[in-house]
Amino acid sequence: MKFQRWLQSVKNQIALTVGGLIAVAYGWYWLGGAVIVMQGLLLVASMVGVAPILMQAYQALKVKVVSIDLLVTIAVLGALIIGEFNESAIVTFLFLFGSYLEQRTLKKTRESIRALSEMAPQTAQVLAADGTTTTVGVDDVEIDDQVLVKAGAQVPVDGQVVQGSAYVNEASITGEAQLVKKIVGDAVYSGAIVDNGTLTVTATQVGDDTTFAQIIELVEEAQDSKSPAEKFIDRFATYYTPAVLVLALAIGLITRDFKLAITILVLGCPGALVIGAPVSIVAGIGNGAKHGVLIKGGEVVNAMAGIDTMVFDKTGTLTKGDTAVAHVQFYTAAEQATLAVTTAVEAQSDHPLATAIVQYARERGVTDLPTIERIETLKGLGVQAEVAGQTIRIGRAKMMTEAGIRLTGAQIAAITASQTAGQSTVLVAVDQQVVLLIGIADTVKPEAKAALTRLKKAGVKHLVMLTGDNDQTAAAIAKAVGITEYHANLLPAEKVEFIKTYQASGQKVAFIGDGINDSPSLALADIGIAMGSGTDVAIETSDIVLMQSTLSELVYADYLTKATARNTVQNIVIAVGTVGLLLLGLMLGWVQMASGMFVHEISILVVIFNAMRLIRFKVR
Amino acid sequence: MAKLVMQLDELSCPSCMQKIQAGVSQQDGVESVKVLFNASKVKAEYDEAVTNPDELTQAVTDLGYSVQSIKVK
Repeated sequence: MKFQRWLQSVKNQIALTVGGLIAVAYGWYWLGGAVIVMQGLLLVASMVGVAPILMQAYQALKVKVVSIDLLVTIAVLGALIIGEFNESAIVTFLFLFGSYLEQRTLKKTRESIRALSEMAPQTAQVLAADGTTTTVGVDDVEIDDQVLVKAGAQVPVDGQVVQGSAYVNEASITGEAQLVKKIVGDAVYSGAIVDNGTLTVTATQVGDDTTFAQIIELVEEAQDSKSPAEKFIDRFATYYTPAVLVLALAIGLITRDFKLAITILVLGCPGALVIGAPVSIVAGIGNGAKHGVLIKGGEVVNAMAGIDTMVFDKTGTLTKGDTAVAHVQFYTAAEQATLAVTTAVEAQSDHPLATAIVQYARERGVTDLPTIERIETLKGLGVQAEVAGQTIRIGRAKMMTEAGIRLTGAQIAAITASQTAGQSTVLVAVDQQVVLLIGIADTVKPEAKAALTRLKKAGVKHLVMLTGDNDQTAAAIAKAVGITEYHANLLPAEKVEFIKTYQASGQKVAFIGDGINDSPSLALADIGIAMGSGTDVAIETSDIVLMQSTLSELVYADYLTKATARNTVQNIVIAVGTVGLLLLGLMLGWVQMASGMFVHEISILVVIFNAMRLIRFKVR
Repeated sequence: MAKLVMQLDELSCPSCMQKIQAGVSQQDGVESVKVLFNASKVKAEYDEAVTNPDELTQAVTDLGYSVQSIKVK
């Protein structure tokens, strides 16, 4: 065992030795030395060179895998038997040298992910009750521990700032190098770097559960989850190698041409075929991870490249989602009490509209909230709660009418006015009486219109917006971002129906959303794209995550997956083409064992270099 | 059922993957094996009653690959 590992570890030196011996052998011959010496040197070179290959072939055979190494080993031993020492020496050298180059270049394509995992924090300064700190490994921090993060250090956990303020760089999470100010109460993520200031953070997620650790795991898994093309190649390669062995044996037996049989073994090595598609995928996914676009696997790359319909959720996707109260109208004298009860109910929800209302009340100095006895969320309509024996309903006009509450003419006019202004209208009713109308405005993301225009240019035929919001608001937003098809007043289940309809008519649908209510659509669509700012459920169900929640990242994802899919096809063509040309050359008698091996190794490098173009891929 | 993650030295040949996959899954008590070629990691789910991390690590070592670190979940 030790010997085997040692042999493995000196593989590169062996390649060098074999190369050197071959050079000396030929040099000797050209200088007029005896042929016998040259042959002797080449024999030694072959024996040294074949050792690590033979060992790998044997290890594979032990677990019943017929590997490329076995093909090469048989070919080399065969060549030795018929006395073709020069061929055997050159083949072993090229094979070893090829795997060295493969290793070197693969390192490059894997760089992006390694860079990512090297950004992971290693240690944490845990704060004890007496104010002293101890340094521990990040895996040993417990939830609810307080950690101290000084300027220049990395935040070691996901958590909440409980003391201090600082500017932090969250590039490792979002891909954006801009500094963000963090104050008490803000959430910080593991992997963020504190630029200046000091923070005390209470850990909410530690170790492998932090967002950053999950991103790394996601990318690692994604790079190895296979595209359909890869799966096909894998199956192909499993049968291909033994088939080559059988073919060579058959040809050897029929033609009695031992050399031809050996040559077929060498040419049959499926090198570029096996590595071609995976390197493209790795480079593509790695590039995405660096630019805030997490793509969950090779299959996703291919599916995303073929998308022709994109369906958008409105709030938080096309709009910023950081909504603010723009209009308030009371239909009661007890304004302060109404606002307090509304705030108490809305504080239970993390819906963007609810957050806006709570924020508004806080600015108005509303404290002293009443106790809620019972609360229930009616999906797509609003919330209903019991407070001090009264039924409080907060939601859309539809919720009120469904509960049998009659709206006055003035109220209906106010709703229409608010909606025409592009606001989301929330009504508050106490028992059967509407007491408050709140108009909440949301702003369109600044990059939305340009991004959608680029997507259309890139070949996305249908852009659709689906929203639970009312018709007027939807129209206002759709116009602002340049979407012509939109459907409003939808419940989550109705959104799903729209996606099913598009799919039934043969369209390839991507759904872009962020909320819990979007997860059914995210799961059903051919590709689900979640905003990084969205809920965990949405991120979990999706195929692609846009870490900064911008639509420019969506454009990036679209262009990148298309480029990666093209690159994969190019590599498969190169690999299959090489094998075809070699076989043709062999039949025409142009290709020998050593030259065939040479062409093979070149083709492996060509596919790797082709894939490496994706590392530098950028969308301008 | 326990989950073991092994970090290996950098894997460079696609056939290594096949070997490790076959080698580990042939161990008794191993439910599923996933070799992450690019991350050079092996993720295995196994029955604690039948086998243990040491045996699985040994299986990989026997194939000629060195295991840098292991993590049991």
